[in-house]
Amino acid sequence: MRGRTLSYAILAAGAFITTFPFVWMISTAFKTLPEAISTPLVLFPRHWQWHNLLDTFKAAPFGAYFLNSFIVAVAVTASVIATSLMAGYAFARLEFPAKRLIFGLVLATMMIPFEVTLIPNFAIIYKLGWYNRYPALIVPWCANAFSIFLMRQAFLALPADYFDAAKVDGCGHLRFLIRIAAPLVKPMVVTVGLFAFLGSYNSLIWPLVVTSEDRMRVVQVGLTVFSGAEGVRLHLLMCASTIVILPTVALYFAAQKYFLEGSLGAGIKG
Amino acid sequence: MNPFRILDSALALLDDGLERLRTRRTKDAAAAAFLLSPALLILGVFGLAPLVYAIYMSLFGGKYGMGPFVGLGNFRTALDSEAFWDSFLVTLYYALGTIPVTMALSFLIAYALFHIVRGRGFFRTVYFLPYVTSAVAAAMVWRAILNPQYGLANALIEWAGGPRLEWLLEPRGVLNLLTAGHVPPDIGPSLALCCIILFEVWHASGFMTVIFLAGLTAIPRELEEAARIDGANAFQVIRRVVIPLLSPTIFFLAIVSVIKSFQAFNSFYALTGNGRGPVDTTQNLTVYIYSSFYEYQRWGYGAAVATLLCIAIVLLTVIQWRFIGRKVHYE
Repeated sequence: MRGRTLSYAILAAGAFITTFPFVWMISTAFKTLPEAISTPLVLFPRHWQWHNLLDTFKAAPFGAYFLNSFIVAVAVTASVIATSLMAGYAFARLEFPAKRLIFGLVLATMMIPFEVTLIPNFAIIYKLGWYNRYPALIVPWCANAFSIFLMRQAFLALPADYFDAAKVDGCGHLRFLIRIAAPLVKPMVVTVGLFAFLGSYNSLIWPLVVTSEDRMRVVQVGLTVFSGAEGVRLHLLMCASTIVILPTVALYFAAQKYFLEGSLGAGIKG
Repeated sequence: MNPFRILDSALALLDDGLERLRTRRTKDAAAAAFLLSPALLILGVFGLAPLVYAIYMSLFGGKYGMGPFVGLGNFRTALDSEAFWDSFLVTLYYALGTIPVTMALSFLIAYALFHIVRGRGFFRTVYFLPYVTSAVAAAMVWRAILNPQYGLANALIEWAGGPRLEWLLEPRGVLNLLTAGHVPPDIGPSLALCCIILFEVWHASGFMTVIFLAGLTAIPRELEEAARIDGANAFQVIRRVVIPLLSPTIFFLAIVSVIKSFQAFNSFYALTGNGRGPVDTTQNLTVYIYSSFYEYQRWGYGAAVATLLCIAIVLLTVIQWRFIGRKVHYE
């Protein structure tokens, strides 16, 4: 009983610290500019300035930024799910020459700092004629070692009996993967997909490097440019930050049931 | 025209093709080649090939990597440069500041979450929120809170009667500030760097909490209860039962977070505006490479430092694998 009270006390304190910046962001987003930057600071605006939302969209083309971000993030998410399901299955369930070496190389790409590959990759994108085009933002991120690793773990956790039974029934690897194995690891698919979406939507440096045109800007670049150009119009900057954060939070709420199962699956060995 | 039907027939055809291969070995190999090719192509072209290209680039001097061949000259320049070692130190401070604190906090939170029933879902959602938000947007909020003129942090300190601080603009070391000037200001991490560390702890704890919670849920409840009945107190249960059983999770998190902390960039860039911070006191190796590339166009030199960083990451991972990996308890 005492332990439970202590648990709740720790959790409540932690939750306050975790959420406070968000509360501050949202309340500042709907203050007037003097309210946002003058002392003494107040937690909530006297009159909520809902029109700040419209002002933000007027101040910069966030609608277009969002469209770019969504196109890129959705394409990346779908591709990552496909490539990691396929590769993860191969590493978990198939025997082939040099498997350990190839798996080692795949994992090694996790250790390569992205800065090392940034300029060579820029050169490659440029030579492919993808500069300022969607493929530059999408293709390099269509596979990653971490997702492959997670998917492999999920497939390893499936009881071997499933696989043997399918084998006896004359089901080949590819059909087994699509029909039986992939649905069984659905929580991990959602987890990998969520991570892929977050990574793509939240990325900053790569879009900065491979795009220069206004019409190709994604939201993170848009927000950075906005923060530099608008000086200290803090209330609109907080409003823009709120808008940028909103889609990922919404997606997280929608996916979280599976997401938790997915991470649970990673912890349990079959 | 059900697309799944078509997909299924296509798969059947492919499977039949594989079936014709004589032994199970070649069948598996063919299936593996098919399944692995998309991932390997992308990882090869945009992961491994650029690495090789970067190493090649590191052997050339001048701007845009188009200068004369200098062999290992760039590496020698880096290892002799004070800025390189200062950046290395910033990277180390950052790793030592973020990893143990984030791990301890997330373990505490996960353990508390594990022991409650009501509201577990609510708290879990709350704790994961910072992780799903973009570092850029979150950094904007933290910059506003830590702003020396109109920020909330200074307003609170002033209200409590303390001195106003410069936070992200403060190049002096925290040890200097805490000891009222007894420790020289250039010893230890700067206050600006500590702000970035704090931000990262806030931003990354949710991820570790969820992974820890997953690991905890996999531990059979009976083990903990048995230890309790044998008279172990809460602390002993954690030390002797929970942590050993959680060691694969801890090991995984240690490896991943060391790699991540050595590659950290976004929080540095978004919080300080250029990544370098006041008097370059938040310039970690990654930011150092970034400025060599973009501000000075010293591509060869930047590539050399990047290669050194890569070697450091690989060495650290291998060391962890060898020495800590051995102590990991698998069922």
